[in-house]
Order: sequence, then structure tokens, then C-alpha cells
Amino acid sequence: MKSSMPTGNDSPRVDVHSLEIDTISVELSGNWKLEMEVPSADAVRSKIEAMPQCRAIVFDTRNLTGWDSSLVAFMKNVYEFCATRNIERVPDGLPQGVVRLLALATAVPEKKDAKREKIRGPFLKIIGEESIKLGRSTLEMIEFVGEASVAFTRLIIGKARFRRVDFINILQDSGVGALPIVSLISVLVGLILAFVGAVQLRMFGAQIYVADLVGLGMAREMGAMMTAVIMAGRTGAAFAAQLGTMQVNEEIDALRTLGISPMEFLVMPRMIALALMMPLLCLYADLMGIFGGAVVGIGMLGLTPAEYYTETVLSISLGDFGAGIIKAVIFGVLVALSGCLRGIQCGRSASAVGDATTSAVVTSIVFIIVSDSLLTVIYDIMGF
Amino acid sequence: MAYGSFVIQRDLTFSIRRGDIFVIMGGSGCGKSTLLRHLVGLQEPARGKVFYDGVSFWETDLAERRNIMRRFGILYQSGALWSSMTLAENVALPLGEYTDLRPGQISELVSLKLALVGLAGFEDFYPSEISGGMRKRAGLARAMAMDPDVLFFDEPSAGLDPISARRLDDLILELRESQGATIVIVTHELASIFAIGNNSVFLDAESRTMIAEGDPHKLLEETRDPRVRSFLTRGEA
Repeated sequence: MKSSMPTGNDSPRVDVHSLEIDTISVELSGNWKLEMEVPSADAVRSKIEAMPQCRAIVFDTRNLTGWDSSLVAFMKNVYEFCATRNIERVPDGLPQGVVRLLALATAVPEKKDAKREKIRGPFLKIIGEESIKLGRSTLEMIEFVGEASVAFTRLIIGKARFRRVDFINILQDSGVGALPIVSLISVLVGLILAFVGAVQLRMFGAQIYVADLVGLGMAREMGAMMTAVIMAGRTGAAFAAQLGTMQVNEEIDALRTLGISPMEFLVMPRMIALALMMPLLCLYADLMGIFGGAVVGIGMLGLTPAEYYTETVLSISLGDFGAGIIKAVIFGVLVALSGCLRGIQCGRSASAVGDATTSAVVTSIVFIIVSDSLLTVIYDIMGF
Repeated sequence: MAYGSFVIQRDLTFSIRRGDIFVIMGGSGCGKSTLLRHLVGLQEPARGKVFYDGVSFWETDLAERRNIMRRFGILYQSGALWSSMTLAENVALPLGEYTDLRPGQISELVSLKLALVGLAGFEDFYPSEISGGMRKRAGLARAMAMDPDVLFFDEPSAGLDPISARRLDDLILELRESQGATIVIVTHELASIFAIGNNSVFLDAESRTMIAEGDPHKLLEETRDPRVRSFLTRGEA
């Protein structure tokens, strides 16, 4: 259909001329449709500004062939400008529909204080406001940790209320449900570690030490850290999204007004489930990583399975696994904590749930890396 | 009432008598739902007090506040059913938390409450499997679970077809008659307001305060305020 395409002589036009000494006539012609290039109200404005004695404005639409919202928007603009200058608007020449729509659009006065103020203050002010925001969010976090500790104490003395079914579901989801992805990532990380080591060690003919490198690396460090990062992206994000959606649906309000603490009912089971499952997943990841290393060691470096196994057993002690597992428990608590924190803090819209999820993952990963460095230093000082 | 420094409503003073069907009305965005949040204990007022039987709700300690809140039943705008639980579990949760009933008794009560709102047979459905109107009714069943003294409704008939809305009104009247419950409703459905309301407060968004109170029927006859009149007559007067 070509009929709706703009044609040269039917394009919307506005001509402004003075009718009398104090009256302006605005002539609107052509097809005023949104898909056409519609003129702006500036021509009318500048004409009015050029005629300070102007008191009235009339319209001529005899050559107007069609119109839609574009004309109404144009007219609203003109009307508003005229209103600021006390110019009388004579709507007689306008199509009736436009007049009625204009009347509707101006029926409810604009709420001046409803628009968000976007004042960008001086640089120092922005820094100050941001610092206050940071302080407040830190305070919220501390408050959340405090409430979680209270809820945990109540759990220990057997007073906390949550549904066992929920707990088991979360346990399953954050445990068994994560096995496939943890397997894949840990095998590959083991593989990568082995490759990195192999390149260097082969130069000295010391390929056998790839087993030490992979074993120690996985057990003390990478197993726990990679599992934690996976769980942050998988389960931490899920926690934030679940709680965030519950916040949007007023489900958390419904719990509160029933006198049930969301901390006990929602946060505790998630936190405990993750703190229980993380060490198990970490142990599993350690073994899968070692397996990945073995694939490289045996397949590429010419080691026999027995050699690789013996070297691994010799190089890693139970304490090394312990070091990793302690980290895993701490990471688990941190991931659950940030997921739930962001979920509970979530605003009341769909986009807020997205923000909460993103923020949960970022917070968890920051927590994981920072606490990992701290723990590594502490281990070093303790000689662990 | 305020969010941060943004004041929504100020100088609100009204009392709700036992057995009232009290309507909080006003145009969209005037703070009706926020007022409700203050009344049910979800949000502390920026200034002022809320009394229940002479006890200042926000000044008393948490345990006492929880005790008062236990006498409430609340129907949220969207139903706010817990999405991970079936309808029966939703209704049963408050009963399981606060009573010593045996599971058999609880499930009998749950069936009764669901039947009262016309949802018999839907016990094992999840909230996502039923329609919006049904969710709302299930939310009502949950609100009624504990035979509350005070029932709060946040726009109960929004999103319901006229017949369901009418049935809901009848149910509200019946709850008041049979259980002597006090009912507080946030709504702007004129039909409901006149059908069941016997006391009300009118919030105005422009002046940010209440501009009328009392029986809606009397308000319609007596008010001289053009804003209230225009609201109660759908803008015809």
C-alpha cells in the first residue's frame, strides 16, 4: 500500500501571519500524521515573540487533509505557550476532535512536584551524597547480618519457624542440582591448571610435579573458589530473584503481618542449606579438578595413572582439603547472605528484581574474593 | 505519612468503631494503601499514633505488637499468596503457626474457608495455576483463616468481574454479621462503598489530608465539598 506514504504536496505545513495588529493567524495544512515530518511549534512561538502586542490567536485548518496525535501535541505546545503570555486562543477553526482532546489533556493540571528532580550539584556534593549512600547501605548490611544472627540463635534453641519442605527443596536445588555445572567447571579448571604447570615444568623434565600443582591448587584454593563463584551465579542469584519477586508480590508483607519473621522463614533455610552443601560440593570439585589434571598428565605428559595417583596422594594432606572446606563453608554463608540481602532489599517492580539479582552476584563475588585473600593470609600466619 | 521527605498525607485523625465496615477512599495515588500499611504494622508513620483498644500500636513493644497483629486478617491487592505453597498450605500456615489444632482439624478448616470463597476442590493447586480473581479469593480465605477481629482489604474488587465483586461484598457483610469482625477496606469502587460501607474517611491527594469522614450515604447527601461530591457521583455533580 503506497497510499499512506508521504507525498510532496500533502506534507504537513504551518504558516503563521498576522491578521490584525493584535491577532495572529495560524494556517495548518496538509496531512498531519505521526509518520510524516511534522513541523515544530517554534515558528508560532517566534512569531508571537516578534509581536509583543499580540492578544489573540486564531486557526485556519481548511487545507488540513488529516490529523492524529501529532497535531494535538503541536496544538498543546502552542496553547501552553499562549497561556504563559495571556493570549486568547480562539479554537473555532480547529477540528472538533482536536479541541476536545486538548480539553481532556488540560483537564487535570500538571502536578509540578511529581516530576523527579534531576539536579546535578557540584562535584563535592555528589561525592558527599554517594558516601552517605554507601554508609547507609553498609549499615543496612550490618543490620541484616545482625538480624540473621538473631534468627540463627533462635534456630539453635529451636524457636525459629520455617517449613521443612522448603528447606529440603532448597537443599536439593543448591546441592544435587548444582552437580553437573560444578563437574564441568572443575574438570576444566583442573585441566587448565595442569596445562599452565606443564608448560613450565616440562622444560626441567619435572612433569610429575603437575600432580602436586593441580592437587594442592584445587584442594586449597580453586575448588572452593570456583564452586563459590558458580554458586553465586546460580544459587545466590536465584535466592535474590525468589525473595525479590516475593517482595514485589507482597508475599513478604503477608508473612510479616502474620508475625512470621521473613528472616527465619526465608533466609535461614537458604543460608543453612548453602552452608551445608558448599563443603560437599567443594570436596566434589576438588576430586573432579584432580581428575581433570590427571587427564592432561596421563594423556599428554606421558605419566602413568599409578604415578599420577601416588604423587597426588603424597603431595596433599588432609589439612589441605580442610583448608579448602573451611573456605567453602564461609563462602557458602556469604553467597546466601548476599543473595538474601539483595532479595529482601528489592524494590517493588520487575526491573528491581533484575537489579537485585545482578547486585547479589556482584556482592557475592566481591565477598568471595576479599574473604579468600583474608583467609589465605590468615592461613599463612597460622602456618596452616 | 511520608516516604523520606516526601509527605503523602498529614493530619489524619479518625476512629473506627468495632463492627464498622470502614472505607478508606480517595483518588488514585492519594495514599490509601500507605495508610493501610500504617494500620497493619508494615510501615511506621513518620509522626502520629495508631491505637487499637487504647494501646498505641507503634509505641508498644514488638511482642505486644505481634499479639495485636495476630488478630488481623489482611487481603492484599494482588492476593500475595505464597507462591511455593498450594492453596491449602497457604491457608493452613497461620493455623499451624498459632493454634494447637491437629492436622486433620486444620485441613477441615482449610476446606471450609476455601469453600466459603467458592474455591472448594482447589486445595492442591498452586497460586500460579489459577486466575487472578481466584487468587484474590484464596487470599481472602487465608485472611479469614484465624477468624480475625479486624479484616483489612486492599482494593478487594479491583480485577474482579461484577458478579464476583458482588459476592465478595456479600461475604464481607456476612463476616461482619456472623463473626462481629471489624472491616477496613481501601477501595474506590463506588458500588461497593455504598453497598457495604457504614463509615469512611476521604483522602485528598491535592491538599494531602482527609477532607471528609462518616457514613458514605450521609456524605453523599450532606457534603458541600465539590471534591467529595464529584468523587461520590463519578464526577457528575
